[in-house]
Amino acid sequence: MLARSCLRSTRILNGARNGATALTKRPISSYSSGASSESPMKLNMTAAASTALAIGSVAWYYHLYGSTAQAMTPAEEGLHPTKYPWVHEHWLKTFDHQALRRGFQVYREVCAACHSLSRIPYRSLVGTILTVDEAKAMAEENEYDSEPNDEGEIEQRPGKLSDYLPSPYKNDEAARAANQGALPPDLSLIVKGRHGGCDYIFSLLTGYPEEPPAGAQVGAGLNFNPYFPGTGIAMARVLYNDLVEYEDETPATTSQMAKDVVEFLNWAAEPEMDDRKRMGMKVLAVTTVLFALSVWVKRYKWASVKSRKIAYDPPKASNRVRD
Amino acid sequence: MASPLYNALFRRNFQMLGVVFVSAFAFEMTYDVGMNKVWDNINKGRQWKDIRQKYAEAEE
Repeated sequence: MLARSCLRSTRILNGARNGATALTKRPISSYSSGASSESPMKLNMTAAASTALAIGSVAWYYHLYGSTAQAMTPAEEGLHPTKYPWVHEHWLKTFDHQALRRGFQVYREVCAACHSLSRIPYRSLVGTILTVDEAKAMAEENEYDSEPNDEGEIEQRPGKLSDYLPSPYKNDEAARAANQGALPPDLSLIVKGRHGGCDYIFSLLTGYPEEPPAGAQVGAGLNFNPYFPGTGIAMARVLYNDLVEYEDETPATTSQMAKDVVEFLNWAAEPEMDDRKRMGMKVLAVTTVLFALSVWVKRYKWASVKSRKIAYDPPKASNRVRD
Repeated sequence: MASPLYNALFRRNFQMLGVVFVSAFAFEMTYDVGMNKVWDNINKGRQWKDIRQKYAEAEE
């Protein structure tokens, strides 16, 4: 292509030298001669070669970097949890606070033996799960460090509403030592902190088989759970039928307790959810109306522009060229 | 030309400002109350205020 345009420019120069009459004829002949010098066979070969090169390099690149790299085996990935129809995950639904109350009972009587819930103060339970008096009584059951007294000694005082839920262990090292090296995670944000959220935790709690399937390798001190990444989990199955006695006399089956405690943990991770969804509903309702209004105003303003017809009315042609 | 409504509400700038502010507050309040009612209706029986009396009465 480049060579051909070079030829043409010299041709034009020649033509200018030879005079205008020569220029009109010569390009026609020289075009045909140029095409014959680059045979169609050669052109086709070049096109085919460059296409093959392009396809080949793309294929090679895809072979190197394109395919998904599976760093983990399916067992290491863990069984993906089932999707459950959680009512509180609907756009316009709050938590079921009766379920939160049951879930808090399960946490207190079962989970709290090993798992802390360190970001939840007693005051946040008031008005969502407990009454003020219940929360105060519960806080007073625990002891907390007080301010230093006149001698600089730190004494213990009963808990207040502003105190946070006590942790079962003093620190992570103590927790590991008490659990054969495995650290029970803090549950405050566990629903946000795990892929699958509520579904995962529910599946994990209810997914312990009676005994590990044939061929599964379970490490010392570990339990088999297909939903846990790696399938070996230090926590044993804890929820059994009728483990707790609900005050509202809901039958305490394993799945009922798991469902309640998962909803409670979701509340712990997102205590603002009820208010957030209510505000979201108001905002969406107002903005829908405003959007419809703005669309209508736009159409109203543009109606005259859009329905305008511009026509060209040519002057009358007359046969006479000159008057 | 000028309707009595226009004269009463928008004739002067301070009048118009007053109308804007007062109607904004009024709309906000009625909208909030109405939407909260809708919300409570959607979530009937699920919220703390619906189950509170069970436990508050037991305490007292």
